[in-house]
Amino acid sequence: MKIKSTQIDDTFAEAFKMWASRIIITAETKQWAMAAATSMTGFATSVIGCKCEAGIEREIPVNETPDRRPGVSVLLFAMDALGLGKRLVERVGQSVMTCPTTACYSGLESEKTVVVGGQLRYFGDGFQISKKLAEQRLWRIPVMDGEFLVDERFGVQEAVGGGNLILLGKDMKTTLRAATAATKAMRTLTGVILPFPDGVVRSGSKVGSRYKSLMASTNDAYCPTLRGVRPNSELGEDVNCVLEIVIDGLNESVVRSAMQIGMQAAAKPGIKRISAGNYGGNLGQYKIDLYSLLDGDKP
Amino acid sequence: MTISLSLHTQPDVPLEAELISPDKLAGLTTAEIEKQTVEHGNQKTTIADFFTVAGEKSDSLVLEGDLSKIKHIGSGMSFGKININGDVGAHLGTAMSGGEIVVEGNVGDWLAPEMLAGRVEVKGNAGHMVGSAYRGSPAGILGGEIIIHGNARNEVGHAMRNGMIVIGGDSGDFTGVNMLAGTIIVLGELGIRTGAGLRRGSVVCMKNSKLLPTFSYSCVYQPTYLRLYLLYLQSLGLGIREEQIMGHYERWCGDIIEFNRGEILLYHE
Repeated sequence: MKIKSTQIDDTFAEAFKMWASRIIITAETKQWAMAAATSMTGFATSVIGCKCEAGIEREIPVNETPDRRPGVSVLLFAMDALGLGKRLVERVGQSVMTCPTTACYSGLESEKTVVVGGQLRYFGDGFQISKKLAEQRLWRIPVMDGEFLVDERFGVQEAVGGGNLILLGKDMKTTLRAATAATKAMRTLTGVILPFPDGVVRSGSKVGSRYKSLMASTNDAYCPTLRGVRPNSELGEDVNCVLEIVIDGLNESVVRSAMQIGMQAAAKPGIKRISAGNYGGNLGQYKIDLYSLLDGDKP
Repeated sequence: MTISLSLHTQPDVPLEAELISPDKLAGLTTAEIEKQTVEHGNQKTTIADFFTVAGEKSDSLVLEGDLSKIKHIGSGMSFGKININGDVGAHLGTAMSGGEIVVEGNVGDWLAPEMLAGRVEVKGNAGHMVGSAYRGSPAGILGGEIIIHGNARNEVGHAMRNGMIVIGGDSGDFTGVNMLAGTIIVLGELGIRTGAGLRRGSVVCMKNSKLLPTFSYSCVYQPTYLRLYLLYLQSLGLGIREEQIMGHYERWCGDIIEFNRGEILLYHE
């Protein structure tokens, strides 16, 4: 099947069950809220190397935030709820509490919660103050610009990580432009994040390595520089650059939607193919067939 | 479907009516409600001697009339709702642990003493000892919220341990006396000796006030947590101004003769 002149591969993205939380960060100005969110989502591209994946979901206008200050929502993903709780404590503690004027709230209503403010409160060295408004317990931790306000518990829920698109283009400029168009379109959705730098990853990986200490290594079948030495290269002679977009979402539906609009936006002249990464369907809980995202049936 | 009780005969002396509560009446028929016993001074009387009853088997009660001599309504209440269209007497909602009471008029002394949870909203004024501990008890309210749109008299939140009390108008003397924790917000003037014996907890006032010398000034700042409270109160229709939500507050710490972990926040114009 094709979108315009771009071939869509008859394959699927293999996605995984993860756990996610939404974090609402507010601050005196949009700049400081974004500074905390940027710091919190740093070094969070892949659970393999970073223990979590995170990204900025959207900016929140003042009339939608709990304290009527400018806000940013962040989604954080980990492989289980326990790990997610640990990452939240680390990142809220080191990246949000440290940032001037911020407050931090749970942005997910869920039956399952993890303790965050209830751990960070000890930083207050006995001067911390608990407040309970209806069912919401908050902690006020004295800091040098006033107080850091944080929810005691954050909602967590099952989620989907590892949705992906692989863009195969005629050259770097064209492929970058297509990837940028795709990520821009995907970011209009809520409930998804693109955890890699500006949403795009060039170092796609395969499982395993010739080196025993590595659990993943470069996806040589998609490296254009190796087409001449790799008999199983996936690249035709007209492909000279490959970029991947990884998508984590709060549910499968929103990941599918992101992939769908991402494909439509990326299909431009010079993008030869759009494919997806999988492990033969043996590892992930979700298989997102690219053809199923298009209107037509399989040819 | 509600149970309606309309006062037709004003009692000569206070009527002890703790059974007027969803916990006691929700499962009864109209006839059974009419026969329920209430203490009129030292005499045992029935509800029908004072009220016209309509409706049955409901957890929602509607009370009509001048009930200022009816005491202990909603005592021990754990669920349901009581709407009171008029004034009501003392000890309303004593030790209630759930549900909601809304009073369109004024209430007497000892509103919701030692409340555990639930909600009381008074559109008029309240007497002394709102949300307080009974004399000799170690703690006042342990949770829930009490919202008074008008004024309240002395010892609001005496020894309260948790929860929230809001006074839309002025508060009397000794607001938050011996308070252990929780939040009191006064939109009008405070009386004297606010927070005497305060261990933890917050007393917030939108007017300046002369405080006890056992409170020490800390700073002027913008407490973020207070925005959440004020936005909530604004949504309930209390007269919270935008500049109060976004505003600066003086923070006074005390009471130094006690644990010294409490605070009084005064709106800084």
